[in-house]
Amino acid sequence: MITSEELAARVRELLAAHPPGGTDREDFLRARFDAGLAWVHYPEGLGGLGAPRALQAVADAELEAAGAPDNDPRRIGIGLGMAAPTILAYGTEEQKRRFLRPLWVGEEVWCQLFSEPGAGSDLAALGTRAVRESGSGDWIVDGQKVWTSSAHTARWAILIARTDPALPKHHGITYFLCDMHAPGVEVRPLRQITGEAEFNEVFLTGVRIPDAHRLGAVGQGWEVARTTLMNERVSIGGMRIPREGGMIGPVAGAWRERPELRTHALHQRLLELWVEAEVARLTGERLRQQLAAGQPGPEGSGMKLTFARLNQEISGLEVELLGEEGLRYEDWTMRRPELVDFTGRDAGYRYLRAKGNSIEGGTSEILLNIVAERVLGLPAEPRDDKDLAWKDLAR
Amino acid sequence: MASRAPFDLLYSDTEDELRSAVRSLLADRCDAASVLARAETDRPHDPELWRTLATGIGAAGLLVPEKLGGQGASHREAAVVLEELGRAVAPAPYLTSAVLATEILLGCDTASAEVAGLLAQVAAGARVCVPAVPLTLAPGAPLPAGVRDGGGGVLTGRVGSVADAVAADVLLVLADTGLYAVPAPDVSLVRAVPLDLTRPLATVVLDGAAGTRLADPAAARAAVAGALLSGAGLLASEQLGLAEWCLTETVGYVRGRHQFNRPVGSFQGLKHRLARLWLDVASARAAARAAADALATGSPDAPLTVAVAQAYCSGVAVRAAEECVQLHGGIGMTWEHPAHLYLKRAKADSLALGTTGHHRALVADFAELPSP
Ligand SMILES: Cc1cc2nc3c(=O)[nH]c(=O)nc-3n(C[C@H](O)[C@H](O)[C@H](O)COP(=O)(O)OP(=O)(O)OC[C@H]3O[C@@H](n4cnc5c(N)ncnc54)[C@H](O)[C@@H]3O)c2cc1C
Repeated sequence: MITSEELAARVRELLAAHPPGGTDREDFLRARFDAGLAWVHYPEGLGGLGAPRALQAVADAELEAAGAPDNDPRRIGIGLGMAAPTILAYGTEEQKRRFLRPLWVGEEVWCQLFSEPGAGSDLAALGTRAVRESGSGDWIVDGQKVWTSSAHTARWAILIARTDPALPKHHGITYFLCDMHAPGVEVRPLRQITGEAEFNEVFLTGVRIPDAHRLGAVGQGWEVARTTLMNERVSIGGMRIPREGGMIGPVAGAWRERPELRTHALHQRLLELWVEAEVARLTGERLRQQLAAGQPGPEGSGMKLTFARLNQEISGLEVELLGEEGLRYEDWTMRRPELVDFTGRDAGYRYLRAKGNSIEGGTSEILLNIVAERVLGLPAEPRDDKDLAWKDLAR
Repeated sequence: MASRAPFDLLYSDTEDELRSAVRSLLADRCDAASVLARAETDRPHDPELWRTLATGIGAAGLLVPEKLGGQGASHREAAVVLEELGRAVAPAPYLTSAVLATEILLGCDTASAEVAGLLAQVAAGARVCVPAVPLTLAPGAPLPAGVRDGGGGVLTGRVGSVADAVAADVLLVLADTGLYAVPAPDVSLVRAVPLDLTRPLATVVLDGAAGTRLADPAAARAAVAGALLSGAGLLASEQLGLAEWCLTETVGYVRGRHQFNRPVGSFQGLKHRLARLWLDVASARAAARAAADALATGSPDAPLTVAVAQAYCSGVAVRAAEECVQLHGGIGMTWEHPAHLYLKRAKADSLALGTTGHHRALVADFAELPSP
């Protein structure tokens, strides 16, 4: 197993061969991937070294200190956080080699074609059809997806579609990698509560997907999708944030700089939320330490819930704190941003955007069910849809 | 508001071993029924349990360096002991003797024979030593000045709401002329009926009691202030252990209890409440571990981290105990079921060593978020 000294030496080698100052950004990132320093816990040849995940921090710190460019992780979050671990777990050798490098470098942005107008929390109820064409063996896909973040910038999508309506809903689904530039893929901006359109409706009409872009076996799509969803929900807790690093930062800053805004009632709420934000930070840190020590705790399933609640309460407080200024909004112009900047822009934007934190990636209600059932072992909701054929479900 | 080097928030192997030793002792000697039976007499403490905890396991001297007769461990280990004591609502004078009094003595001049001698006895569990300060006294709050020295260490005055005084062999008394060790037989106690049956309260009455002087006024006040900080930080671990018991017990109960032809734990209203409580307990663990580690390492961040832990963990423990009573239904309201012992301890703990409001005000100071 590689030690952190050996890893640091590898980083210095990379930096010597490709001085960040004089190297094109993407060339540097490709070289970093090829040196196994992209995600060190991935296998060799796929951007990693088969090293413990904890060592990534060593590589990142060295590279950051040297002023090396990063791969803009927020812009390519869906690829890094969801597509990549799923492709790694279920992809063929060929798929891994084809997709992981441009994904990590950020040359190819990914989006997630999961939710549909009729299937959100009950994702396995989805109705987008994929029918196999006899002869070519290609799949022909028809249906509509919705709330698709980054579909307008994405080159590829992870897609789940129904391949056998006669089976119960969880069994008739297959997982695909969909070319967003293929004929029949139409992306329409879906304007949201903040005024901008970071997500979209995606219409799929006769889209042809070669069988080589199927991920996992036919009918195994739900199992594969669960890997994606699990990674989606834990990716939040993994980051180390400094004290006042999240939403609480701007409010605390405004409190310090603008004494005229202070009231006793707001002070009590601010302190309560400050304490909760600091405790959430420590909880995330503890989770990180558990992961690094190879004893992952169940806390990961809770961090998204905590952050969603705190972000909403804190940003709500911030709008109130600002008084008259809180009545105004920076700009309602319809835009299609390349990335979502949760803490950027003004308080009104933060307040509105934070509303999505308890919906995207699984609603807080669904996540509470998951914690209650998987962590606490409470009985599942009684359900009668498990053995019914999908085509016979009420809708 | 930069945070310093991250705290070590995990449990070490030694800490896990200590935990299982304490837990199995408490399972043998401190089941809920016997805690309740003893609480109904006027001697809630079990001297036998204390002896085994203090001498058998060596828990009383964890905070005391080896050269002074202790185990040379740290606040991290003491915190683990308190988690287990909280989980069992154990009536043991641990927080008062092994934490508060011990920290006061460590804050005095340990080269003096009186201080070192008493400290060694307390660390060995041979004597229970309790600070004669109100349980509600908080770090950062003005220290009481009710005891006068009539000359030559002859003390007169009263201190109310002193926890565990009935179990004490020696009391540490803060008087205008310094800190004194007073043998328990030399004071009289007026017992109060406590809300928390497992942590008895009394007013300590000094009527010309003779004390041995351990520190001058300035040193005495500094030692007490430091001990209150440690006590508040470690109380968070007791609250964590208590909250964990309430959560585990409640989850177990609602899984087995059937109404409407279903386990009541399958109803979403309860599942969500318990899931939220679990989140809060997981967060309380991070907060309590951070406080213990900050105290153990003497981090300059300790005062803020302790205030954060206290401002957070008190509320979690109370809520856990309240949910425990509510979700047990009628049985949760009975005297036989131990839930009430936990609720009473949790509520009393939320007043001990500073309320949530007090600790929030400390956060305001340390984090530079001034009041209007
Ligand atoms: C900003 C944003 C970005 C998104 N990006 C993407 C994306 O890139 N790709 C993608 O595929 N999807 C995306 N989504 C969709 C998201 O995953 C779904 O919106 C979400 O899973 C909820 O589904 P729904 O909207 O159909 O709500 P519904 O499932 O219809 O829920 C309605 C309400 O009922 C509650 N509810 C539902 N079932 C239960 C239950 N069993 N118990 C208790 N309460 C229940 C929900 O919590 C919610 O409050 C995004 C959503 C948002 C807000």
